[in-house]
Amino acid sequence: MLSIENIADSIDAWLNRAFSPSVATLLEGVLVGLGAITFFAVLGLVLVLMERKVSAYMQIRLGPNRVGPGGSLQTVADTLKLAMKEGLTPDGADKFLFNLAPFMVIVVAMLILAPIAFAKGSQLWDINIGILYVSAVSSLSVIGILMAGWASNNKYSLLGAMRSGAQIVSYELSAGFSVLSIVVLTGSLRISDIIASQQDGWWLFKGHIPAIISFVIFLIAVTAETNRAPFDLAEAESELTAGFHTEYSGMRFALFFLAEYVNIFIVCAIAATLYLGGWMPLHIGHWSGFNLVMDYIPSSLWFLGKTFILIFVIMWFRWTFPRLRIDQLLDLEWKYLLPLSLFNLLLMTLIAIEGWHF
Amino acid sequence: MAFLKDYISDIYRGIRSLLKGMKLTGYYFTHRKEIITQQYPDNRGTMVLPERFRGEVVMIHDENNEHACTGCTACELACPNGTIKIITKFDTTPEGKKKKALDTFIYHLELCTMCNLCIQACPTDAIKMAQNFEHSVYDRSKLTKKLNKPGSKIREGVE
Amino acid sequence: MIEEIGTTELGELVVNLGPQHPSTHGVLHLVITLSGETIKKVEPHLGYIHRSIEKMCESLSYRQFIYVTSRMDYLSSHINNHGCALCVEKGMQIEVPPRAKVIRVLMDELTRLASHQLWWGAMAMDVGALTPFFHAFREREAINDIMEKTCGARLTMNYMCPGGVAFDLHPDFQREVKAFLAFFHGKLDEYDELVTDNVIFQGRMEGVGYLSREDAISYGCSGPTARASGVSCDIRKLSPYEVYDQVRFEEVTGTGGDCFARYKVRMGEMRQSISIIEQLIDNVPEGDFQAKTKAVLKLPKGEFYSKVETARGEFGVYIISEGATTPYRIKFRSPGFSNLSALDHMARGHKIGDLVAIMGTLDLVIPDIDR
Repeated sequence: MLSIENIADSIDAWLNRAFSPSVATLLEGVLVGLGAITFFAVLGLVLVLMERKVSAYMQIRLGPNRVGPGGSLQTVADTLKLAMKEGLTPDGADKFLFNLAPFMVIVVAMLILAPIAFAKGSQLWDINIGILYVSAVSSLSVIGILMAGWASNNKYSLLGAMRSGAQIVSYELSAGFSVLSIVVLTGSLRISDIIASQQDGWWLFKGHIPAIISFVIFLIAVTAETNRAPFDLAEAESELTAGFHTEYSGMRFALFFLAEYVNIFIVCAIAATLYLGGWMPLHIGHWSGFNLVMDYIPSSLWFLGKTFILIFVIMWFRWTFPRLRIDQLLDLEWKYLLPLSLFNLLLMTLIAIEGWHF
Repeated sequence: MAFLKDYISDIYRGIRSLLKGMKLTGYYFTHRKEIITQQYPDNRGTMVLPERFRGEVVMIHDENNEHACTGCTACELACPNGTIKIITKFDTTPEGKKKKALDTFIYHLELCTMCNLCIQACPTDAIKMAQNFEHSVYDRSKLTKKLNKPGSKIREGVE
Repeated sequence: MIEEIGTTELGELVVNLGPQHPSTHGVLHLVITLSGETIKKVEPHLGYIHRSIEKMCESLSYRQFIYVTSRMDYLSSHINNHGCALCVEKGMQIEVPPRAKVIRVLMDELTRLASHQLWWGAMAMDVGALTPFFHAFREREAINDIMEKTCGARLTMNYMCPGGVAFDLHPDFQREVKAFLAFFHGKLDEYDELVTDNVIFQGRMEGVGYLSREDAISYGCSGPTARASGVSCDIRKLSPYEVYDQVRFEEVTGTGGDCFARYKVRMGEMRQSISIIEQLIDNVPEGDFQAKTKAVLKLPKGEFYSKVETARGEFGVYIISEGATTPYRIKFRSPGFSNLSALDHMARGHKIGDLVAIMGTLDLVIPDIDR
C-alpha cells in the first residue's frame, strides 16, 4: 500500500543496496532536509491562500480568484513579487542583528518540526522528552522578535517588539500547564507514547471536563504565542503599521511571514497530537468493528484533517474578534488563564490518580 | 465567595458573547450565496446602470442626425466651473434673416463634476446624461469633446 | 510649518500619527507626546486637504455653490446640500411645497443611516475586527443603489436645490426603501451580536475617553459626541425644520460620556432613523417637487444663517449678501472641527490603542474639518 512507511522503507533498502551504509545515511539526511524545506514552502503557500479565502468568505466576498484556477496560484505570484523586491537595511540599524533576526525565527520553526509525528511511523526524531523539547525550543522565537525590533532603529518597531516579548513570555505559562495536564494523563513525555495512549479514544473525550478546559486554554494561549488576532498588537495594522517587522522588505519579510504561518501549523499539530490523537484514527473504546472501519482511512489524512480543522478555528478567531489592548491582554493571562490552568492541573492529577477518566 | 461567583459569571458571559460572534461569521462562511460581489470587467455585457446615472453629458441626436440645441448658452452660464464652451455662428434662414445657431459645443470632460446643473438649465432638453463611466484615456486631449456630431443641424420647430 | 520632532523632557517620546495612516479617516496629522505608552499631549495639525471652498463660493451663484458642499462632509452629502438650500430659501422667502419637504427628510434620514453604517464598519476596523467593515458596506450598497436610481449619483448627490428637489422620486423608490427596511431590521441585531455584545469590544470602549457635560458644551461639541455626555442638542428637536415637528421620534442621549456611550447613541440613532422613514414612506403627499423660482437668484442685502443636523453634529451655513447674484461671504460651521478640539482633553492619560478608539467614536471626516 502507498503509505509513507512503505515508501520510506523501500527508499532505505534501495540506498543501502546502492551505496555503503555511511554514505546511505548521509544521503538520507540530505533527502530529509530537502523534504523538510519543500514541506515548509508548500505549507506556507497553502496556508496563506487558505487564510485569504477563509477571510474572504467570512467577509461576504470572493477571495483571490484570478491567478490560476480559483486563485490557487496567488501565493506563487506573491512569493515571486517578494523575491524580486529590494531588501532595504535602514540607516543606523544594527546590521548583524538585523540580518540575523529572520533566520532565527525560521530556524526555530524548522527545529520544532523534528519530533512531530505526521503519520504512522514517519517521525523524524522520537526523542524521549518530545513535548518538553517542543515547549523549550518554541520559547527561542522571542529572541528573534526582540532582535528584529531593536535592530530596526525605529520607535514603532521597538514598541511592537517589547509588547510582543511580554505577551509571548506570559502565555507560554498557560500553554505549558495545558500540555502538562495531558502528560499527567499519559505518564510520558515521548510523543509516540502520547499517541499510542490514545489508541482507545482521544484524550479530549477520555479526559472529559479537565481535558476540555485545558484544550480551550491551550488554543487561546497558542493564538497569543503566535501573535495572531485577537492578540496581534505586535503588528497591529491600524495602530503601529506593522510593528516589529516594519523595516523589513523583500526576502527577509517573506521569511517572517512564512515563519508566522508555519508556527500556526506547528501549534495546531501539537494540539492535534495531544488532544485529538495525532495520526490515530477515531477509536471508540473496544468497538472493534467500528475501529476497523476507521483504520482504513490513511493515518496521514487523519493527521492533516485534524490540524487543518484547528487552523481553521484559529483563523475564525482572527476574523471575528477585535484586538485586545496590552494591559487587557496581560490581565487575561495572569488573572484568568493562569489560575484556571493551575486549578485544572490539580483537577487532572486527581482524576489521573483516582482513574476517573475513561 | 461573592468574588468567586462574579469571577465565574464573568468568564461565562465573556465566552458566550464570543461564541455568538463566531456563530455569525461561521454562518457567512458557510452561506456562499450571500456574496454580492459583482465581477466587474467580466460582467460588462450584463451590467445595467440606472437611467438617471450621471456619467457624462451627451447631446441627443435623432435618426436624421438632428439635435435640439439652439446655442442659447444657458448651460454655459449655469456650469459652475467652465466645463462647457459654446461657439455660435450666424445662419441665414429661408426668409433671409440672420439667426444665431450652434457651431461647436465644446465639453471638457476633465473638468466636469457631473453636477447636473447644465441639464436642468437647458430650455429645449438638448443634452442629457449618459451612463458611461469608463473615461480613462492615455492622451488628455481626448477628454475635450465636441458634443454635436459633424453634419448635424438643428431640428425644425425647436426654438 | 512643523517644529522639530524629537524627544522633549526626559523619557518622553514624540511620535507622528502621520497624515497617511490607516486609522485617521482622512489626512489628519497628529503629533503625540508619549511617556512610555501613555499619552501626555495630542496636537492635531490640520490643513492637508484645505481646498478654499469658502473662497470659491464667492464666485459662484446661489444655485451653483450647493454642489461643492457635497464634497465637504461626503458621508452626509444630502444633509449638507439641504442646509445650503434652506439658507438660500430663508433669504429669498421661498415656500417649499410639502412633497419636496417630505422627500428631503426621507433622503436626509437615508443618508444618516448610510453614514452611521460606514462609521460602524470603520470603527470596528480601527479596534481590530476587520469583518464588520464588509458587512456594513453591504448595507450601504443597498442605500447607494436606491440613491442612484433617484438622484443619479452614489456619493455626491447634488439633488437639493433652492425651492425643492431637482427631480421627482423614481417610481421604484417606495418599494425599494420598504424592502431595504425589512432587510435592515435584522441586520441591526446582527451588528449587536457581532460587535456590541462582544466582551473584548466592551473592554476596549468602556471607561475610555471620558467627556463631561460641561466640557462638551465648552468645546462646542455637537451631535452624538455631545449627546452621549448628556447634552440635549438635536437640532431636529430644538429648532425643527421641514417636517421634523410632525414625525414622532426620540432624541437619543446617554449619560456615560465615554466611548461606549457614544457608540450606543449612534446605534440608537440608527433605530430612530428607521422609525422616521417608516412613518414617512407611505405618506408622501402629491404635488410639486420644486417651487417655481426665477432662473437667476439674488438674495437681498443682509446676513442669513441656517443649521441642520448632520450625522456628525450641527452644520451651519452663514451667508452675507450684498444684493448681487454671488454671495459676499459664505461661512460653513463644520461639526468635525469642534469635535476634534476635544480630542486632546479626552485622550490624556490613555494609551495609543485608546486614542484610535476615541477617534473612531468621534466619527471625524477630515475634509469636513479642513473644508
